[in-house]
Amino acid sequence: MGCHVGAPHVMSRALGWLAVLVLGAGLVMGLGVAPREVIQGNVQRIMYLHVPAVIVAQYVAFAIVFMASIVYLWRRSETADAVAHASAEVGVVFMGVAIATGAIWGKPTWGTWWTWDARLTSAAVLFVMFLGYLLLRGMIEDRERAARYSAVVGIFASLNVVFVHFSVYWWRTLHQPPSLLRPGPATVSPSIRWALLVNIVAFALLYVYLVTKRVRLLRREAELGA
Amino acid sequence: MTYARRAWIVLWKDVVTERRSKETLNALVFFSLLLLFIFQFTLGDDRERLVAALPGLLWLGFVLSGLVGLGRTFLTERENDCWDGLLLAPGDKSAIYLGKVAGNLALMLVVEAILLALFALFFNVDIGRAVPALSLVLLLGTVGFAAVGTLFAAITAHVRARELLFPVLLLPVEVPVLLASVKATEAALAGEPLSAVAHWLKLLVAADVVYLVAGLLTFDALLEG
Repeated sequence: MGCHVGAPHVMSRALGWLAVLVLGAGLVMGLGVAPREVIQGNVQRIMYLHVPAVIVAQYVAFAIVFMASIVYLWRRSETADAVAHASAEVGVVFMGVAIATGAIWGKPTWGTWWTWDARLTSAAVLFVMFLGYLLLRGMIEDRERAARYSAVVGIFASLNVVFVHFSVYWWRTLHQPPSLLRPGPATVSPSIRWALLVNIVAFALLYVYLVTKRVRLLRREAELGA
Repeated sequence: MTYARRAWIVLWKDVVTERRSKETLNALVFFSLLLLFIFQFTLGDDRERLVAALPGLLWLGFVLSGLVGLGRTFLTERENDCWDGLLLAPGDKSAIYLGKVAGNLALMLVVEAILLALFALFFNVDIGRAVPALSLVLLLGTVGFAAVGTLFAAITAHVRARELLFPVLLLPVEVPVLLASVKATEAALAGEPLSAVAHWLKLLVAADVVYLVAGLLTFDALLEG
């Protein structure tokens, strides 16, 4: 055991510092380099926190839950289970950050903390879906059984991301269309794009760092419990 | 024994048990009736408001009675070691899932038909012309509900806070099915052709297929011990 603890530990620390570095760069870009938005003013800068959190939670964290759950059911690898668990936890936290910052951004721009718009609703549905997943995990003592059951629920929850997206989108929409991943000519200034991209990379690094830490912790807990 | 026959036997066993005890069906119909009272008490006499809210109320009724009914799917198997008997049955275990889904689907459709009739009766709504379209919507929506509900019932049957966890897990996952069903029901009740809500029906069909296939593939993992 002792011999292979060193290398991942150094890697993890390096990753952590890299995440801090890029987050710092993102902060500078978001608050300093990117121009003040003409209509919304400085409040628009919350986007550099809001959008990366959503993107990493929805397209990375929950996708990883899906893949790790399938790998667990297929290979019964405890690491895959820990990855699914950790990824869902970090995803829920990021989704919570996105919903909270969205509310703070919504108050001055839309005049309301919350509205049942398509994206807000689908974010809320994903949030409670994965909250339920974590709740299930907490309620089963037997580690192996918890892993199997949560893998099934995790697969359903992640598959459902697509259906939630379409159903809620058809239901209603008011949110501004995505400003980054949109076909056609760019409508935002390059410095805004860059600030956003740097922040997305920063959040992705933070996600990877938190997940690796959590996976290590879960594995240790398993070793102690066994 | 073929796959279909094994699924059929599980379904037949459940139907016979239910026909002899009528436990779940009676309770669910009574429960639905009480729901109607509650809707009436909380919404008051304003008929226009009631008719406008009808599609949502209908599905609220279906969902609530479905939660009560589906949550019990595997509880009967816990008595007299029936669970072990099911596990010992030879062949692909997903046949058990298919049989249970079919049983739940039948149960829910019966309850839904009764609830629909009671709605028409108590709230004085004419649903006669909408029945063919409504039947299709109800079937598609209920398949999606039963497919996930049956699977999650198998999960929560072995968890401490079963009654608490089942709805908490199931309801968020059913949001797309519910939205689609309510929208399609709205159109059906308004007398619009179903082609107006074709996108919702396509979503329902896609969700039904995905849920059923995912259920068949993962059910085996729930049964080990």
